[in-house]
Amino acid sequence: MEHYIAILVKAIFIENIALMFFLGMCTFLAVSKKVDTAIGLGVAVVVVLGLAVPMNQVIYQAILAPGALDSLMGITDPKESIDLSFLSFITFIGVIAALVQILEMVLDKYFPALYQALGIFLPLITVNCAIFGAVSFMVAKNLTFGESVVYGVGSGIGWALAIVLLAGLREKMKYSDIPDGLKGLGITFITSGLMAFGFLSFGGISL
Amino acid sequence: MSSDAKKVLTGPIVDNNPIALQVLGICSALAVTSSMANALVMTLAVVFVTAFSNLFISIIRNHIPSSVRIIVQMAIIASLVIVVDQVLKAFSYQLSKELAVFVGLIITNCIVMGRAEAFAMKEKPGVSFLDGIGNGLGYGAILMTVAFFRELLGFGTLFGMEILPLVQNGGWYQANGLLVLPFSSFFVIGLIIWALRQWKPEQVEKD
Repeated sequence: MEHYIAILVKAIFIENIALMFFLGMCTFLAVSKKVDTAIGLGVAVVVVLGLAVPMNQVIYQAILAPGALDSLMGITDPKESIDLSFLSFITFIGVIAALVQILEMVLDKYFPALYQALGIFLPLITVNCAIFGAVSFMVAKNLTFGESVVYGVGSGIGWALAIVLLAGLREKMKYSDIPDGLKGLGITFITSGLMAFGFLSFGGISL
Repeated sequence: MSSDAKKVLTGPIVDNNPIALQVLGICSALAVTSSMANALVMTLAVVFVTAFSNLFISIIRNHIPSSVRIIVQMAIIASLVIVVDQVLKAFSYQLSKELAVFVGLIITNCIVMGRAEAFAMKEKPGVSFLDGIGNGLGYGAILMTVAFFRELLGFGTLFGMEILPLVQNGGWYQANGLLVLPFSSFFVIGLIIWALRQWKPEQVEKD
């Protein structure tokens, strides 16, 4: 249990996917003008990451990992071992795209209120590098199924936290007097830099 | 070369820069800019992927049903990225280790997807190819500038060659530790945007 809590805390704070690895930055900077929309997008990312990471973990370990298909194909000679890991990019992106599509349809059918709230954000998420990045990290870290569920949800919460914080800051920033050239994108970059600086202090936590 | 083609090719470098103005492809801009060599490889990879994905998507643009276009585009982009990844692994293993998941993340780099959707779906193959190269170069220009400042001031080197002799090697330059940290690129990009907008005031955002 402790092990899972450590992964969760690490994914949310220490290895925050937005501020430490800069994933999902395009949406992070573009959709953080209002706190309401930031919360909507944040929740959508948590849901998709929580599903996509474990699902890709299963597919990777069962089919793509080096040697995964050997027992199924009855290969015993290590020289003929099947290694499909070069296909992982295209598989992951396909799984993510399909998942988002299915999620959209399920939400539309059974939870129309939630669909109304998340609707416009879901298609955006397919191309959000946070999802693809977290899946790639899952493979790089060689997580088990249980760990991948915790890691997926944790990094989703971390991303949501970061975008809501930034949106809060930007709402306040509307009232400040910023040099013309820095308005909008420029000051947002510098603000996120300072936030990342702040998050760096979590690096001192040892788990 | 006609003036139109030249405009498509050079426009994205300063006037319509994908990072500074269109807010596309920021994730990797932040993470791989700690050294000039990394930034250069990443630029070449992105130029290659953007140019060819634009070309191929433009060739088949009239045959893609609009309801599945995202998946078709993704499949083309992902295949190109797999090619880049395999080539890097084969010829420059050390570098591919350093860039790690960020090569894979070109798939979700919004520049590639954004240009495919906004340009290649409407225009002819030749001009789309140029647009891809132009946007790749615009992305690379920012990447190389950020890497230039970070490597020069953070390590005192450029492409690994000593420019400013460091104090610990008997020189006079005290390295700036802040610029070694990944998030310092937030500040550098923020300042570049500011400088760019002082130079080209029409890029300033209205609120």
